[in-house]
Amino acid sequence: MSIMEMHFTKDHEWFRVEGDEATVGITDHAQQALGDITFVDLPKVGKVVSAHDSLLVVESVKAASDVFAPVAGTVSAVNEKLASSPELINQSACADGWLCKLKPFIPAMTELMTAEQYKIFLQEH
Amino acid sequence: MVSIQKTPLCERHIQLGARMVDFSGWYMPVQYDGILAEHHRTRKAASLFDTCHMGRFQVTGPGALDALDRLLTTDIKSIKDGQCKYGFLLREDGGILDDLITYRFNAKSWLIVVNAGTQAKDREWIQARLSTGVTFTDVSGTLAKIDVQGPNALSCVQKVCGIEVASLGYFRFMTFDFGGQAMASRTGYTGEKGVELYVNTDRIVELWDRFLAAGVKPAGLGARDTLRLEAGLPLYGHELSEEMTPVEASMMRYVTKTSDYIGRAALMQRQSQGAANVLVGFRIEGRQSARAGQPLMSQGRQVGTVTSGSYGPTVQCVIGFARLEREFAIVGARVQVDTGRAILEAMIVKPPFYKAD
Repeated sequence: MSIMEMHFTKDHEWFRVEGDEATVGITDHAQQALGDITFVDLPKVGKVVSAHDSLLVVESVKAASDVFAPVAGTVSAVNEKLASSPELINQSACADGWLCKLKPFIPAMTELMTAEQYKIFLQEH
Repeated sequence: MVSIQKTPLCERHIQLGARMVDFSGWYMPVQYDGILAEHHRTRKAASLFDTCHMGRFQVTGPGALDALDRLLTTDIKSIKDGQCKYGFLLREDGGILDDLITYRFNAKSWLIVVNAGTQAKDREWIQARLSTGVTFTDVSGTLAKIDVQGPNALSCVQKVCGIEVASLGYFRFMTFDFGGQAMASRTGYTGEKGVELYVNTDRIVELWDRFLAAGVKPAGLGARDTLRLEAGLPLYGHELSEEMTPVEASMMRYVTKTSDYIGRAALMQRQSQGAANVLVGFRIEGRQSARAGQPLMSQGRQVGTVTSGSYGPTVQCVIGFARLEREFAIVGARVQVDTGRAILEAMIVKPPFYKAD
């Protein structure tokens, strides 16, 4: 799965689609801004979210921050490895540090950016 | 609007890629390569901290000893040449204006080191209460300060400064020459062995660079905070404030019994009455952190407030300080922290949370 197949939000989340499931994470820019992540309050499987709802909370040494749902859906899986190794998000935000999966999900394509558009967005903000 | 202040090392921090923040009106590095890496490096090797933002006052003259004895809760008369002690500057009503360290060069020559955010207030307070025969000089701008902390700190200081600090006792200091009189103090704010170095401001960049060249890496205020918290050391503005006395801060051990310092009468009265709230340490298993300002609950009622809370990278659980109703302040007692997102089970413990080997 390449970065070209990922979608990005202005809140610095990403998701990529495999079949009818969306895998969600935060961007490398977001993990850098947060600093060392020490805890992830993972959602329960079955949690239903609308786009822009608080999906979960990540805590760094200094602060707790919401991660918003990039699309509406139902949490179908969480990255259990983050319970003991939250640093995976810092090490690999767009791959091993994924947060959870949504299935089914309802994309809202208008709000989303491609990797190239997100890169330009970061430069402008 | 007061413009933000910069230390003489500010350019260095920016060159090193530090993330800079406003801390008590100072433009300071919060982290360089990451709070956790810097924390662990301090515990395992050594780190270099820019502490030029702290206030430094020189108090000299034949009346200096008596003046300090009146101003501070520190047992001034017991301090020997080359020794320093921790204590408080109190208001008349016992409220803590600041916590500070007092260094004695000799009976007529002293240095007090205060917090960054309280420096102007302290200076005003002290200057208004000095008697004749005492000279007060704010040397914050001319005498710079960096800290070297960690198990390798003493050998690094020895190598870089060419001074024998290993034989120096805890809370002892020595002077040496580094483009003028410099000073090395066996003190710190991390719970590790370490040295606080004071040199002429025009030489501080050179000294900083020498430590970097010797392989000592810098650490920012983020790691300084997790390190001091694990070591059970209070931070003014969080654990200590004007709204409380050393009785509420559970720190009467830093108050002399023998001197008539400002605030003594109020403090003695408070002590005999007993404080309604006291400062305690707490510990939460797991990684989800309690943060400053969050309420401590017992049976659905608020019984306290978190003053500092963080995941402790070395102790590998969440630790913190809280102001708590006295009846709940029992080691082993359990209270709940309401983070607004979760209820966390906390146990009252006696700091420090971490002790170096």
